[in-house]
Amino acid sequence: MSLDVPTRPPSTPPAPPAAPRRRGRRALSGWLYATPTAVFVVALFVAPLGLVLVMSAARWPLLSGFRGWNFPDNYAKAVDNRFFLDSVVFTVKYTVLATVLLIGLGLGLALLVQESTRWKGLLRTSILVPSALGLASASLLFYVLYSPLAGPLSPLMAELGATFLGTPNAALWSTLFLIVWRYAGFYMLLMLVGLQGIPVEVYEAARMDGASRWQLFRHVTLPLLRPTLALTTVLCVTGSLLAFEQFYILTKGGPDNSTISVVQLVYSVAFQGQNDLGVAAALSVLVLGALVLVNVLQLRAFRRPEEGT
Amino acid sequence: MTAPARGTTLAGIAIRTPYWVFTGAIALVFLFPLLWTGVASVSPQPGTNQVDGWGFGNYETLAGYQAGIGRYLANSAFVSLLTVALTLAVSLLGGYAFARFRFPGKDLLFLATLAILMVPYATLLIPLYVLLNRVGLANSLVGVALVTTMFQLPFSVFMMRVSFESVPRELDEAAMVDGCSTFTTLWRVLLPAVRPGMITVGLFAFLTAWNDFIAPLILINDSSRITLPLAIANLRSQVQGVVDYGATEAGVVILALPCIVLFLLLQRHYVRGFMSGAFKG
Repeated sequence: MSLDVPTRPPSTPPAPPAAPRRRGRRALSGWLYATPTAVFVVALFVAPLGLVLVMSAARWPLLSGFRGWNFPDNYAKAVDNRFFLDSVVFTVKYTVLATVLLIGLGLGLALLVQESTRWKGLLRTSILVPSALGLASASLLFYVLYSPLAGPLSPLMAELGATFLGTPNAALWSTLFLIVWRYAGFYMLLMLVGLQGIPVEVYEAARMDGASRWQLFRHVTLPLLRPTLALTTVLCVTGSLLAFEQFYILTKGGPDNSTISVVQLVYSVAFQGQNDLGVAAALSVLVLGALVLVNVLQLRAFRRPEEGT
Repeated sequence: MTAPARGTTLAGIAIRTPYWVFTGAIALVFLFPLLWTGVASVSPQPGTNQVDGWGFGNYETLAGYQAGIGRYLANSAFVSLLTVALTLAVSLLGGYAFARFRFPGKDLLFLATLAILMVPYATLLIPLYVLLNRVGLANSLVGVALVTTMFQLPFSVFMMRVSFESVPRELDEAAMVDGCSTFTTLWRVLLPAVRPGMITVGLFAFLTAWNDFIAPLILINDSSRITLPLAIANLRSQVQGVVDYGATEAGVVILALPCIVLFLLLQRHYVRGFMSGAFKG
């Protein structure tokens, strides 16, 4: 949903010429209509954002609040946390895998169901239904589905001696399956929107020139889908870097703390055991910084070839 | 993308068979977990409240769980409806302001609204926990609804701005000439025109609020005020370390059913919401 993707900004049509006084009144009503938005943005977004910076530079236990400045101790403690490095590595690994899978499958499924026949409509709906579920519900669903006691595959698992969540790798791939199941429809929908935006004439012209199906895909679909691919990649990377529910509910960070995501670390530092909001705030600021950096880099990467032409 | 081999000749069917099997398998992969959970929640299973025969034993367990499922349902319904109402109100007015007016600070405010997307949930929830405590909204479902609404704003305000911009300006100009104020123009003339956008925004706000897990997890401490997803997630670890899978399945059904029904009913709007250009690059 990030909109800094190379997109044309929603332009305001030029206001009709009006007397300055009327324009002033219109500006006032404009502000009036925008006030609720402004109140929400300032009170619940800008203010907490400022506060998190303050908290990250102060001693701030969960129950007692501000206890004096201590910059940069919280940051040092955050980086020294014994799960910090592992969680960063794990989150990045998870993000790369999830993004490749979701973008690839989203595009593949979109191409598969693109035409509107009755069967393809049905197919589209079945793929989309899981996206109505919350991530927490989906994680709970798969928690039971993967269970060696109650799951439908438990007899098979017993025979093979394998479990879905028993080893670090199995837990990672089982979580990825859950994520693909839950989100493939959403990404398929975004890809469909992008595909719809490609004029039919371009395909016809290319076909006239004798382009094969693969050439059409490689030289027409992919380049023209660039803005959509940029948007979906940014969305998917951002969402995956902030993964929480799937690990909190499904794997509970295990086995052997191998699936702790960064946001899960923030949560556990703040509310489970250490109860240190200062360190949690420092971690959050680091996450925010990393996220902004990653997104800037991605947007650059997606923009550059276009500027060349 | 498979070439349609029309006709019911034997060869046609033979060519199409792999395609049917392949796509059918895909549909099955996406539907099976849902169907299985629904069936398993009413089927006999050792270690649950439904040992012999089929029935609703698991749902009875759920009904009697701690404060009772009714309480958690009511909590979730309250948060969801308040979030939908707030999101619709704020984004309707905001979208109108951004689409039809010029005022100082407009671009800054719009960018600030979109910037919410760039900031991780956890980064904001920790200071919000402190701030809401400060203003007496600790442990409050209203606080959760306010926070959820804020997180919905980037999508909703953008969506409503696009919806208003796609309505021809002549419509409001005609209303203005007829003597309507800006508010009557909005209420009488523009509201019907942006209804599809509002349905999309409302649907998303409901699904998000109903399913939200992190915000209530962090902002609510009192176990009688938690929302449904949290209650079902807690349920697993309560019974002396033994997980009641049956009750969990029943819980997932109760969580998922309203979402799936709503989605199927409003699917056209959901899809059209995307198609209407909010996401076009």
